[in-house]
Amino acid sequence: MPILNKEEAQALLKKVLAYSKAEECEVSLNGSEGGNIRYALNAVSTAGDISTLGLAVTSVFGKKAGTATIDEFDDAALERVVRRSEELAQLAPPNPEYMPMLGPQTFAEAITYNANTAAMTPDSRAEMVAKSLSVTKEAKLTAAGFLENSTGFSAVMNSKGLFAYDKGTDVTFSVTTRNEAGTASGYAARGFTDVNKLDTFSATKVAAGKATSSVGAKAIEPGKYTVILEPVAATYMLENMFRFDARSAEEGRSFLSKKGGGTRLGEQLMDEKVTIYSDPFNPELPSSTWGGDGLPREKTTWIEKGVVKNLSYSRYWADKKGVKPQPGPSNIIMEGGTATIEDMIKSTEKGILVSRLWYIRMVDPQTLLLTGLTRDGLFYIENGQIKFPIKNFRFNESPVIMLNNVESLGKPERSISVESYRSYLIPPMKIKEFTFSSLSDAV
Amino acid sequence: MRRRDFIYLTGLGASAMMLPDLKAFGNPIDPSALLDGIDVKVKKELADAALTVAKAKGATYADIRIGRYLNQFVVTRENKVLNVANTESFGVGIRVLANGCWGFAASNVVTKEGIAKTAERAVAVAKANAKIGGAPVELAPQKGYGEVSWKTPMEKNAFEVPIKEKVDLLLSANAIAMQGGANFVNSNLFMVNEQKYFASTDGSYIDQDVHRIYPAFNVTKIDSSAGSFETRQSLSSPSGMGYDYLTPLDSEKVTGITTRYKKRYDMLEDIKFATQQVKDKITAKSVDPGKYDLVLDPSHLWLTIHESVGHPTELDRVLGYEANFAGTSFLTLDKWKSGKFNFGSPQVNIVADKTQVGSLGAVGYDDEGVKCKKWDLIKDGILVNYQAIRDQAHIIGLKESQGCCYADNWNSVQFQRMPNVSLQPGKTPLSVDDMIKNVEKGVYIIGNGSFSIDQQRYNFQFGGQLFYEIKEGKIAGMLNDVAYQANTQEFWNSCAKVCDEKDYRLGGAFNDGKGQPQQISAVSHGSSTALFKGVNVINTKRKIG
Repeated sequence: MPILNKEEAQALLKKVLAYSKAEECEVSLNGSEGGNIRYALNAVSTAGDISTLGLAVTSVFGKKAGTATIDEFDDAALERVVRRSEELAQLAPPNPEYMPMLGPQTFAEAITYNANTAAMTPDSRAEMVAKSLSVTKEAKLTAAGFLENSTGFSAVMNSKGLFAYDKGTDVTFSVTTRNEAGTASGYAARGFTDVNKLDTFSATKVAAGKATSSVGAKAIEPGKYTVILEPVAATYMLENMFRFDARSAEEGRSFLSKKGGGTRLGEQLMDEKVTIYSDPFNPELPSSTWGGDGLPREKTTWIEKGVVKNLSYSRYWADKKGVKPQPGPSNIIMEGGTATIEDMIKSTEKGILVSRLWYIRMVDPQTLLLTGLTRDGLFYIENGQIKFPIKNFRFNESPVIMLNNVESLGKPERSISVESYRSYLIPPMKIKEFTFSSLSDAV
Repeated sequence: MRRRDFIYLTGLGASAMMLPDLKAFGNPIDPSALLDGIDVKVKKELADAALTVAKAKGATYADIRIGRYLNQFVVTRENKVLNVANTESFGVGIRVLANGCWGFAASNVVTKEGIAKTAERAVAVAKANAKIGGAPVELAPQKGYGEVSWKTPMEKNAFEVPIKEKVDLLLSANAIAMQGGANFVNSNLFMVNEQKYFASTDGSYIDQDVHRIYPAFNVTKIDSSAGSFETRQSLSSPSGMGYDYLTPLDSEKVTGITTRYKKRYDMLEDIKFATQQVKDKITAKSVDPGKYDLVLDPSHLWLTIHESVGHPTELDRVLGYEANFAGTSFLTLDKWKSGKFNFGSPQVNIVADKTQVGSLGAVGYDDEGVKCKKWDLIKDGILVNYQAIRDQAHIIGLKESQGCCYADNWNSVQFQRMPNVSLQPGKTPLSVDDMIKNVEKGVYIIGNGSFSIDQQRYNFQFGGQLFYEIKEGKIAGMLNDVAYQANTQEFWNSCAKVCDEKDYRLGGAFNDGKGQPQQISAVSHGSSTALFKGVNVINTKRKIG
C-alpha cells in the first residue's frame, strides 16, 4: 500500500479535492517503504523495516492558509482532513507573503526510480553486510557500518489543475573500520539510486586500507598546508555553501551580499576552474523534477568559471523583485578536471592528503568560515610521495576562500555526506593554503 | 546537536520553514481532537495482541510503543506570521529479541491486523540478522510495573493556549526589535507533546504524556557600508514545561550585564536587550588571540557540558557502537576501572539525572520500561560512571539499566540517549561578581554559538552570543570574533571555581543528533557560572572576495 503508482495517486487526490469548499486547495500524498541494518563490533546492533503513507491538505481563504494531514484513507477520514484544514485556515492570520497556487505545469518524468533497489529485503541487506564483515574479519579490524534502502513516492494536486508525481529509490552504505588497539581508523561511504552499483565488499576494502595505513600516525605542527581533499572530504566542506538564495543576499545577510547593498551576482567570486550546477536528469545523481513550490526543476548553473551565475528566488521574492522565480538546487554537481589523486600527490612538494572531514559547523555566516576536524585517514606528503600517516587536525576555513585557492581538480564522484545525508557529485581537489588551527588526539 | 535541524526547525535560517519541508517530523493536523489521548484500554488490547504474535513467532522478548507525537510551530519574521503548523505522527514500533538478535518494525496501520503483521516483520528482521552471528544480546532483568502512568508537571498545556496568544507574543517581541533599530528579526515557538504507551513481555504497561516548549528569536543588524552583519539569539532555553515557561517572574531572573532566566522566560525583555547588544556587536573590539581566563555563563556552558561530558560518557560510544557516525570516546573502560581517572579538577562534580523537574530529559520511565533515576558521572573530578541501558548494563557490572533509553518517534528504534547531564554548583558561597573580581585577563561569555568537537571528544571549539573583556577584575567592554579551543581533560582540569546554587540554571538542546538512521532527542544541562583558567582564544574574523 505505501507505494502508489501515478494513476492510483491521481485518483486518490482527485477524490480528496472533491470535498474542498475553500478558495484554493492543495493535496499532497507521500509514501515510503524501506529498511536498514546497523552493525558495530563486527555484529548487527539494530535493524528495522519501516513503511509510512500520509496525506496533507492545505486550504486557503484569501491569504489565510491551514494544513492538516491524516494517515487513514476511508471516505470519512478523507472528508474530515479537508474540513480540518479549512477550520485551521480560518483561524490563521493572513500571511502577506502567501502566493496564489500555480495552475497546470509540465513536468518531465524523473529518472530517480530503480526496480533493483525497490526489491531489497531484510535477507539481501543482511547478505550485503556479511560481505562487508568478511573484509574486516580477514583484516583483523573492527567494523561499524550502516546500510539503508528506501523506495518512496510523492504526488501533489491542487484546485487550479496542477498535478505532479515522482517515484524514487535510494540506497546508502557507510562503514568505519578500526584496529583493535584503537590507534587507526578508515572510512568509506557510497550512495546510489541502483543497488546493483553498490559493492559493499570493495567499499569496505577501501576503508580497511585507510585504517591499516594509518597505524603509527605522527603529530605535525598545525598551520597552512596544501591539501588534497578526497571527494567525500570536499563534499562535507562545500555543502555548507550550496544555498544560493537571492533574498538573504539582498537583505545583506549572506556571503553573497555586496558591500553597500545588492548581491554578488555576476561577480568573480572563486577561481575560474570552479563551475557548479544542478541537473535533475544527471544519470549519476538524478533528482525530483519539481519542487515544493510546484515549479518544474531544470538544469541551472550557479557558479560558472568562478562567476556567480544564478541565485534562487522564491515565488514571493521573485514577484516582489519583478524577476522569474528560480527554485533552489535539487542536486549539486561540480565540474572536475583531469587530474587523478595520484597525479595530485606527485605534483605536491609538501602537503596533506585528507580522507574525510567531520563535525563541521558555521563560525561566521558572513564569510562562511567553518570549523571542523579531519578523521579516518590523514597523510603527510613530501616530494610527491605519501611519507607517513599524521594525527588529526581541527581546521578553520571558508569554502569560498578555499575555492579561490584551487590548484587542480579530478573526476567528480558521487559522494554522500553523513552530516546531511545528501549526495553530491564532487571532484577530488588540490587546494593551497588550507588552515589547520590545532591538533586533535582523536582516532 | 544537529545544527541544520536547529536552524531549520526554529526558522532562524534565512528562509522560513514551510510546510512541505516538515514531513520528517510528522503530519500537520488540527490539534483539537488530539489532546485527549487514546483510551488506555484500547492501547493495552493492541499491545497484548502484538506481544502475543511476537512470542508465537519465536521472540524471547518483545516491546511495543504506540505513539502519538504532536508538534506545533509558530514562525514569524518582522511583522509577519510565516507559518502556523500543527503536526501529528501516529503509529507503532515493535522491537523483539529472536535468536539472540534485535529486530524492529514500525507501521502507521494501528489495527490488530496491522500490528500483528508488524510484529511478524520485526521477528523476521531479527532472524535474518541473527544469521550474521555475533554475541547474543544480554538484557538486564527488569520487573514489570503493571499499569502505570506519568505526565510532565506543568501549569498550562501549551497546546491549549490559543494560537492568537502565541502570535501576539512573537509579533510584540519582533516589534520591540524593529522599533529598536534592528534590520531583521525572526522569532518562533516550538511545542512538543509525546503521548506514548509502552508495553513489554516483562509485564509493564506505561502510559506517558510528555511536554516540551522552545521559544527563540534571532535579531539581525546590518552594516551595509562595511558589508557586514551581526546577530544576537535569544537567551531562552528549551524546557520540559508547559506554556508557564513564558510567564515571566522576577524571582526567576538573574540580573547583571544582561538578564538571564531560570524557570521562567521574559521574551519581551530579552529582545530589548538583544536589540541593543546586536548594535554593540557591530562596533565591538575584535579579540586579540591568546590565553584568557574564561567566565562561562550557564546559558553558554550547557553546550560545552553537553559535547565534552554528556557524549563521551555514553556507554555505547565507549564500546564502539557509534563508531561509524558520532564516533567513540576517549573515556575508555580502563580509565573508569582505574577509579582514579582525573577528568577534571576537584571542583568538577557532574550528575546524570532523568528526574529533574522542568528539564527536557525528565520522564517517569524510559522507552524500554525502566523507571528513571539520578547518578554520578564525575565525582570530585574523577570519572565514576557512564550512561547505560538494558543491553549494556552487564558490561559495567550493573544489575539494572540506568533508564536512559529513548526513541524519537514510533517509527524509530529505541537506543541509549543522554540523560540530563549537569555540573553541580560550588559548595562555598560565590557570586558571579565576586568571581570576576579575581580575574586579571579574561573573557565573560554568555549564550551559545558555534560548536564543534572531534569524534572521541578530545578537541573542541565553541563560540557564543555575547563576549565581554575582563581586565583586572572589571568588565572593560564588549568583544567580538571570539571562539575558544581546548582539550576536554585539560579544560575541565582548568576549572578553578563554580558559583553557588543561587546562580544554577538549565540550558538545553531540543535536537541532539545520534544514531543511524539519525534520531533527535531533547536534553537539558544545568550549571552555575564557572571559571576556567588559561584557555586558548582564537579570532574568527576573515575576509572573502
